[in-house]
Amino acid sequence: MTLYQRRRLINLFSLGLSLAATALALSFLLWILWTLVSNGLPYLELITFTENTPPPGGQGGLANAIVGSLILTAGGILIGAPIGVLAGTYLSEFGRNSKLAALVRFVNDVLLSAPSIVIGVFVYEILVRRVGHFSAYAGAVALALIVIPIVVRTSEDMLRLVSDTMREAAAALGAPQWKIITHIVYRAARPGILTGILLAVARISGETAPLLFTALNNQFWSTRLGQPIANLPVVIFQFAMSPYDDWQHLAWAGALIITFSILILNIVARSFLRTRMSRY
Amino acid sequence: MLISSQRDEAGLQTTGNPTTTSSVEGDVVRDHLFRGATAFSGAAVFALVLAIVLSLAVGASLALHKFGVGFVSSTDWNPVTETFGAAAPIYGTLVTALIAMLLGIPISFGVALFITEVAPGWLKRPIGTAVELLAAVPSIIYGMWGLFVFAPWFAEHLQPWMQTYLGPLPYVGALFQGPPMGIGMLSAGLILAIMVVPFITAVMRDVFATVPTELRESAYGLGATTWEVVRYVVVPYTRTGALGGIMLGLGRALGETMAVTFVIGNAQRISTSLFMPGNTISSALANEFNEAVGDVYTSSLLALGLILFTITFVVLAGARLLLGRIGGRI
Repeated sequence: MTLYQRRRLINLFSLGLSLAATALALSFLLWILWTLVSNGLPYLELITFTENTPPPGGQGGLANAIVGSLILTAGGILIGAPIGVLAGTYLSEFGRNSKLAALVRFVNDVLLSAPSIVIGVFVYEILVRRVGHFSAYAGAVALALIVIPIVVRTSEDMLRLVSDTMREAAAALGAPQWKIITHIVYRAARPGILTGILLAVARISGETAPLLFTALNNQFWSTRLGQPIANLPVVIFQFAMSPYDDWQHLAWAGALIITFSILILNIVARSFLRTRMSRY
Repeated sequence: MLISSQRDEAGLQTTGNPTTTSSVEGDVVRDHLFRGATAFSGAAVFALVLAIVLSLAVGASLALHKFGVGFVSSTDWNPVTETFGAAAPIYGTLVTALIAMLLGIPISFGVALFITEVAPGWLKRPIGTAVELLAAVPSIIYGMWGLFVFAPWFAEHLQPWMQTYLGPLPYVGALFQGPPMGIGMLSAGLILAIMVVPFITAVMRDVFATVPTELRESAYGLGATTWEVVRYVVVPYTRTGALGGIMLGLGRALGETMAVTFVIGNAQRISTSLFMPGNTISSALANEFNEAVGDVYTSSLLALGLILFTITFVVLAGARLLLGRIGGRI
């Protein structure tokens, strides 16, 4: 074998391995999705959406858990998104090169990947233990703490994409800075910021660990924010770990609902982001 | 403080020229209010981390005082006698993360290589998106799939094979002993490996793309094969960034909770064999925190949380320092 042939062979072998690695990674995605469809779809019925979680052996659905999850997600976004956007605005518009901004940016990047269970324990310490009982509020706050770093990051990136000539044009017309930012910069960056919030929605919809010690769970229909509230991730966790067949079937149905909602949200958000990024 | 003093300044102005400056005065106030609100939110992010560390430290102080340094070296975890040592969960956290890294890094490198160097243009985006979707699947779904689908398959097909062929090896053989149950440290590590692939891949892809075209093309011009370009140009050029991506993945693997809780078996002990059930810090918290009775028990769990947060913070901070701002995707 000549040296040339050997080099070609090594090249082919390495690139073949990279193809194999890709195929392996994608096959796991397909395997997981197939598991969800084959285990969840048979139990996805109309009553899954209309009935509350049943006692063991009873008939029922996930209505209270779905509504609870929507409430918690909405709460998390309502608390987290404004803080995130404002902090992102600070990093992009006011503090660009200041020491505080550098520090916030660094800490925010670390928070992005920080273990979510620690967030749950933290919120338990400051909200649940003090009040004496689990509540939807605490769950929403825990989710908000996960939303904030995501929104800070995307908002800053999106605001920075707005060209400075727009800001200067507005300033030249005599607009004060708050008006430049809220009327010009926000408007230009709105789709990007909304996409960031959408990604945050996708991220927190499936979060289980921070809700275990905060929102807990509720077997019944409850929309009271001061009380424990049912939510899909924790219901799925409890039902999947239970020995009852009915509960396990519902867990698979819930898993199917949650995963496909999140995947669709992600695909929409990402395609949105790409078309936007190329425009500015 | 700043805001009110500025308001005074604006107030002085209006007395001199009331008609034209009243809106300017309002704008000055609004500018400062707005700036103050954004700076406050920024500072809140920073304060949040301090608050997390502080509240965990306060909660953990009882256990840390009672058990001292022995807390991290003792494997005794007994709620009845109220003696707690964190060695088993710390060991489990590190071992599962190590397994995840051993398998996850080469796979991520392969995927990033395929996307940037091998795949035709039209295939890059779909494959990239598909790999990113692996990160979007909630961790509880990995847990269910791991426990009900992957673990039985693993016990039936892979574990017996490992026992037969890896078990008799010197030194490493001891890692592959015991009954093939499917659940255990090895399964947890394998599932973590799949979960960290999208994070490491995303960073590697981004840093591979930063290699200047001139460098790449000069290498090709000298007659290098694609692999040689990667091996001698791309990898040396992007070493720091790729390492940052790996540490980012490591941070994820260390803190991952739900997927691990499903498959690790939740046993408070250290076993040589990776087939045996174990525990990680996060799975111990998920399983025991709500059931903990007594101050010492709760405090010990909070100490676990503090240890986990500290380890991940250091790893993730290292990742960010290596990466600069390149690889910071979600």
